[in-house]
Amino acid sequence: MNTELTGAEITIRCLQEQGVDYIFGYPGGAVLFIYDELFKQDKVKHVLVRHEQAAVHAADGYARSSNKVGVALVTSGPGVTNAITGIATAYMDSIPLVIISGQVPTYAIGLDAFQEVDTVGITRPCVKHNFLVKDIAELATTIKKAFYIASTGRPGPVLVDIPKDVSQQKTGFSYPESVAMRSYNPITKGHSGQIRKAAQLILDAKRPMVYAGGGVILSDAALQLTELVRMLGFPCTNTLMGLGGFPATDKHSVGMLGMHGTYEANMAMQHCDVLIAIGARFDDRVIGNPKHFFNEERKIIHIDIDPSSISKRVKVDIPIVGSVSDVLDELIKLLHAHKGKPDQVALKTWWAQIDLWRARDCLKYDRASAIIKPQMVVEKLYQVTEGNAFITSDVGQHQMWAAQFYKFDKPRRWINSGGLGTMGFGLPAAMGVQFANPKELVACITGEASIQMCIQELSTCKQYGLPLKIVNLNNRYMGMVRQWQEFFHGNRYAESYMNALPDFVKLAESYGHVGMKIEQPSDIEGALKEAFGLKDRLVFMDFITDQTENVFPMVPGGKGLSEMILV
Amino acid sequence: MRHIISLLMENEAGALSRVAGLFSARGYNIESLTVAPTEDPTLSRMTLVTVDSDDVVEQITKQLNKLIEVVKVVDLSDGVHIERELMLIKVRAVDRDREEIKRLVDIFRGRIIDVTDKSYTIELTGTSSKLDAFLNTIERSTILETVRTGASGIGRGERILKA
Repeated sequence: MNTELTGAEITIRCLQEQGVDYIFGYPGGAVLFIYDELFKQDKVKHVLVRHEQAAVHAADGYARSSNKVGVALVTSGPGVTNAITGIATAYMDSIPLVIISGQVPTYAIGLDAFQEVDTVGITRPCVKHNFLVKDIAELATTIKKAFYIASTGRPGPVLVDIPKDVSQQKTGFSYPESVAMRSYNPITKGHSGQIRKAAQLILDAKRPMVYAGGGVILSDAALQLTELVRMLGFPCTNTLMGLGGFPATDKHSVGMLGMHGTYEANMAMQHCDVLIAIGARFDDRVIGNPKHFFNEERKIIHIDIDPSSISKRVKVDIPIVGSVSDVLDELIKLLHAHKGKPDQVALKTWWAQIDLWRARDCLKYDRASAIIKPQMVVEKLYQVTEGNAFITSDVGQHQMWAAQFYKFDKPRRWINSGGLGTMGFGLPAAMGVQFANPKELVACITGEASIQMCIQELSTCKQYGLPLKIVNLNNRYMGMVRQWQEFFHGNRYAESYMNALPDFVKLAESYGHVGMKIEQPSDIEGALKEAFGLKDRLVFMDFITDQTENVFPMVPGGKGLSEMILV
Repeated sequence: MRHIISLLMENEAGALSRVAGLFSARGYNIESLTVAPTEDPTLSRMTLVTVDSDDVVEQITKQLNKLIEVVKVVDLSDGVHIERELMLIKVRAVDRDREEIKRLVDIFRGRIIDVTDKSYTIELTGTSSKLDAFLNTIERSTILETVRTGASGIGRGERILKA
């Protein structure tokens, strides 16, 4: 016999049943009953952020670094609108989240009540799905569905809007074991006929190229990808979202491709004859101008779980809809069984060409500079952490340098807002990463502009004793904006200069953390070692860097991949 | 090219707005859209008419399929199908025009469903282009009001859209 539970109790019970250990949130009127239930138990631990945007970014960082669903809890009205940036960030990068929002009572909906907003309407374009629970009888099933939808198929954020009266009413509780939805049955297995065709094309390739994106990470297919690439001896490039999906230090890696990709990756992408796209979506920052991309003839195999990602910007020859890990498993099995091998002479010639491109040394910078070069900070960070840290970043030049100079050998170590490009993401995401990986080193590479967008979270870090290491590449400019203004707007630096910056050392200290200011290149390594030596403290390292350093290579907007600006 | 897309979706609050929102968010154009519950009241059937390149229409059907509440999508224009639209049209009908309009309605196999001494209200069904043809045939200045439902469609023969 079931005893009756309130909607708030049911909500928390559902989270417990789902095995949720942390939720990130901020209380308010419409979620008071839910907070009251959180208070009465200790299985689900709540992390109090200082702004709802940070709650969602933290849940996001938690999810990206752990392959579990991240959960955020916000109140109605402004709680939800503050959370939108976080939700849209997760949506663009296909991150599984469940966001629970409070809503005004059902009888007040539509009456312009205090802190009312049409949450389902306002979040619709940036969620995988959302629900308004008007009937308590549907609450448990809805939450179950939310976790199911968020974590299957192409993952994404799902929002459950719970009116205050629903959280107060009572009903019997039983958590469904599973859910079946006639309208939602994500495909996992790829079409075997298509996979056979792909295997044949791979074996016939003369100038092959593997192009792997975030889908490899989301599908937990890094091992399969690594096996496939090594087995074939093909070059492999990763997108910004796919870094760590293939070891960056492997000899087959040609680095990241795209707008700030390496010369060798972009040239190989442009000139290959068979392209194997895996969990990637040919977006504008990756292939540049699609017309230019098609100046060269090549055959394309495209593996993706989302049919709408296939032939969206680029027509492909062999589409394979399925989960990356399932499809790669089958492809590897087929290739093992096959007696043939790709043309080794052609492959050797192709690698010789790639090595010529590599010799261009496109990531070189002035290592003897008297002013700190931001690239050097990232390189030293890589050395000091032995490549083992979880790195989050904000958005801008520092993000690109982090992607270029920190060599990610493992998946889920590189956490950044690739699709939406959300400044303010790095610090709260790092909090989520640290909660999911309490024993690991977590560093946030940021800039003085981005960090100020969620700087209030230093307070959250203090409350929970998060020993994050913040690497602030401080060039007193919104660097990427400045770079575009230099290249494309006649050096007119409209509003991209940041004066009146705070003293970050004092700021960190006022939040109860350790602050360091580093101005000499010779001090970089020592400072990093000292900071990482402070194992239980958050250290804010303010690196005063070269104001005019630019990110190279660069494919200007609207240009083709091989039309890079090089240093 | 003109495509007529039929879809079945869960008959739930907000389902229609997901479809409409998808079209506006991705810049697809909707020529017409009709929706009503089916014989199974948990399902709604929607018919969308859109004019776009085949590539865009392929994306439209894929994006529609991605909506969680959409059960099935079919582009009826991929095969033989029947399409009907209903139009109600009120015209000024006085003197000699009354006979003339009556004859035209007969030719188009329409029906006059309301009459006053000054007007007719005509009911006409057919393909959208037939309704256009009727409007082009009668004297423009006599038209007082028109209302059209937008096209509905169904596959011919054994072609069936079911959940």
